[in-house]
Amino acid sequence: MKLTHVPGRNAKHRVTLYALATCGWCHRTKELLNSNQVQYEYIDVDKCQGEERAEASGKVRELNPRGSFPTVQIDAEVVAGFDEERIRELLEL
Amino acid sequence: MSVAERFSEQALKTCERLRQEAEAGGYRLNPDKNFVLRLIEGLLENQRRYGYFCCPCRLAFGEKDKDVDVICPCYYRDSDIEEFGACYCALYVSDAWIAGEKKHGSIPERRPAKFMRDGFSETPAAAQSPTPGPQSLSYPVWRCKVCGYLCARTEPPGKCPICKAGKDRFERFM
Repeated sequence: MKLTHVPGRNAKHRVTLYALATCGWCHRTKELLNSNQVQYEYIDVDKCQGEERAEASGKVRELNPRGSFPTVQIDAEVVAGFDEERIRELLEL
Repeated sequence: MSVAERFSEQALKTCERLRQEAEAGGYRLNPDKNFVLRLIEGLLENQRRYGYFCCPCRLAFGEKDKDVDVICPCYYRDSDIEEFGACYCALYVSDAWIAGEKKHGSIPERRPAKFMRDGFSETPAAAQSPTPGPQSLSYPVWRCKVCGYLCARTEPPGKCPICKAGKDRFERFM
C-alpha cells in the first residue's frame, strides 16, 4: 500500500488520510490539512487496484468499521467523515 | 485561498442537465458550484471506470449488481435529505440546508454495513414476494427504489419521471 507524503511545517502529529479522489468531503479534508500546512500521508483508495485496493480498504475498516471515507488517523485517534471541529481539535489548529 | 479550478465541458453540461432534472422533480442541487462540479467530475470518472454513475463518496465494487444501491441518485438520498438536509455527498440538498438551518458537513453512512462489506443484495421479502394486493389488479404496480414513485403499467418506465433513475431500479410493488 503506497501512501503519498505531503510535507508541511506543522508536523506535531502523525496524520494518515484514507480518501477517495472523487469525493467532495475527502477533498475538503485535504484542503483543511493543506491550508494549515499540516504534514500528512494519504492514499486515494479508489485509484488502487487489486490487492492494494483490498489492503487499503481493509485498513480503513480496521480503523473505522463502517469503512467510509474520509477516514483520518491522527496519532491514536480515528476521525470518520469530514468532522472539521474534531480534526482541528486533535491537530490543535 | 483555493486556486480557481477548471472543469471539463462534459462536467459543465452534466451539471446543467442534473440541475434541470433535479428541479423538475422537486430536488435541489447544492448551490456551491465548485463543490458540485468536483462531484460531477467524480461521477464522470466513475462512469469511465465502471460504466455507471457510482457514488463519488463511496468505494465501488466495480460490479453493477453490488453497487446498484449507490448509483447516483442512490437509494439513501431521499432519507438523508429528509433527516440531514443533504445526501451523503451533499450533491443534493434541501432548502433548509441551503438556508443554513442544517449543519454542513459529512453525515453518517446510511448504507447498511453488510452492503458496505459485501455489496448490495436484495432483501428476500422485497425481491421475491411483492406485497399481496387485490387479485383483480388490471396492471402490476411498479415502485422506483430511489424516490418511491409508483405507476401501474405492464412494465416499469424506461426512466423514472421524477428522479430519472433507470428501469432496472424499479421493483414490483403490487
